[in-house]
Amino acid sequence: MQTNPSTAVGTGTAFHVDQASYYYGSFLAVSNVSVDVPERKITAFIGPSGCGKSTVLRCFNRLNDLIPGAHVKGTIQYRGVDLYDKSVDATELRRRIGMVFQKPNPFPKSIYENIAFGARINGYKGDMDELVERSLRKAALWEEVKDKLRESGLSISGGQQQRLCIARAIAIEPEVLLMDEPCSALDPISTLRVEDLMHELKEQFTIVIVTHNMQQASRVSDMTAFFNAQATEKGGKQGYLVEYAPTQNIFNNPTQQATQDYVSGRFG
Amino acid sequence: MTVTDPNAFSQDDLAKQRFNPNLAGRYRLDNIFRIASWVATIAGLVVLAFLLIDVLVDGLPRLNWQFLTSFPSRSAERAGILAPLVGTVWLLFITALVAFPIGVGAGIFLEEFSTDNLFTRILEINIGNLAAVPSIIYGLLGLAVFVRVFVDITGGRTVFAAGLTLALLILPVIIVATREALRAVPDSLRLAGMALGATRWQTVREHVLPQAFPGILTGTILALSRAIGETAPLIVIGAQTFVPYIPSFREGGFSALPIQIFNWVGRPQAEFHTNAAAGIIVLMIVLLIMNATAIYLRNRFQAGKV
Repeated sequence: MQTNPSTAVGTGTAFHVDQASYYYGSFLAVSNVSVDVPERKITAFIGPSGCGKSTVLRCFNRLNDLIPGAHVKGTIQYRGVDLYDKSVDATELRRRIGMVFQKPNPFPKSIYENIAFGARINGYKGDMDELVERSLRKAALWEEVKDKLRESGLSISGGQQQRLCIARAIAIEPEVLLMDEPCSALDPISTLRVEDLMHELKEQFTIVIVTHNMQQASRVSDMTAFFNAQATEKGGKQGYLVEYAPTQNIFNNPTQQATQDYVSGRFG
Repeated sequence: MTVTDPNAFSQDDLAKQRFNPNLAGRYRLDNIFRIASWVATIAGLVVLAFLLIDVLVDGLPRLNWQFLTSFPSRSAERAGILAPLVGTVWLLFITALVAFPIGVGAGIFLEEFSTDNLFTRILEINIGNLAAVPSIIYGLLGLAVFVRVFVDITGGRTVFAAGLTLALLILPVIIVATREALRAVPDSLRLAGMALGATRWQTVREHVLPQAFPGILTGTILALSRAIGETAPLIVIGAQTFVPYIPSFREGGFSALPIQIFNWVGRPQAEFHTNAAAGIIVLMIVLLIMNATAIYLRNRFQAGKV
């Protein structure tokens, strides 16, 4: 297994978020988030619907740029560089910070092409067949699909599709994997396979996962951030960070009453 | 149909006192609507079949090689459809070659690249309005712009000027069809492409367009079908009804099938009416070939997607 030399930097901080707020136009959607996401660990964002956990996640690869009127105030740094600085190229950033979405979204092309696309557009110079096999092996999917690489990525089961999406994301050798509720559309067995996979992948990647499922957060993550939402006067919802701590503390010994209520299932 | 018994399950259902299912009435309404929609379907088919049979009976005996390969003549028996047929094929090619890339390009820009601002909103409203402008107006525009102003390029009242005019006419339809087809492609595909570090064009080119292409093609073919049936703008541009030579791209006059048919129908002699019927058959065959090509292309693109 080869490692990307730039990721072999010990366990520092991947994302440094300080007093960051997120706006849609003039609407404050998420306020005052401060977290430090460690490298090569799994960090979970939990909280009720509308609390802004996915929104913050999408700041990390600047996928929010695609939404007109959306902007960020405060600091979001990746490896010490401000993500929203003018010198940062969002397209190159997204190569380094991969993403897996809530609903499996393979391209309606062959399994092979699903993996090869990202590599090709990013100018991959190596052997494509070898890359496809290596990526599928890392995503624990190779044995299941090695005889049908030319078949459509949509022809396999939902759980396999999600692992194909993970394989697609890691094929371009990112440093970070953002996972936006990656198991919410999967059955329990597929969910378990993805969680096992995450444990293997964190050897090499920094993982940030958004999840509705608190058991999942407690099973897979090292750090947990709990977000909550409050209703605004105009009927919208405004998210904010309640507490960020090692996962054990969040689940066993939270400092905030709201966290205690949420992780013990009293709301959310 | 068997008669159902609403009390088949139990006689003493407490909920029955609070609901009045009125099954008979609901089923009756169901039937009435089924019949109404059936009648609507059949009405269209009957009218179409009647027209087809009428035209085929009148025109089929006249349709032969001589008719297809002859130039117009003062005697109906020697007259043929060659010049208008070539003119229509010319128009088809010019219109498609001009309208397809511009229309699809504009649709892609508006749907995939532009941001929602005052300028694009004004554009959208105008495109919607343009689709509803009567074709004669486009004819006048074509006359002023392509025939007069760009006379050095188009050669005046030529098939080129007419093709450009028809291209303008169907441009809004192609733009709207393209946008609808693009909008039907789920956003998750765009996000997937962008999240892998693809640029917007790479994402559109590799993933969004292939999905939307069958829809775009269907819209384009429908628009082209409309274009080759148009008469009014061609009259304004100056299509002729007596063209005893093969029309060339940008020299000399031209004719087109609808123009020739219109002219023949207006003559007093019955023999010319037969010619018109045969011309209509030729026009319909051209249309059928076009639609068949579109379906073939669409199926090939869908099969090619794996």
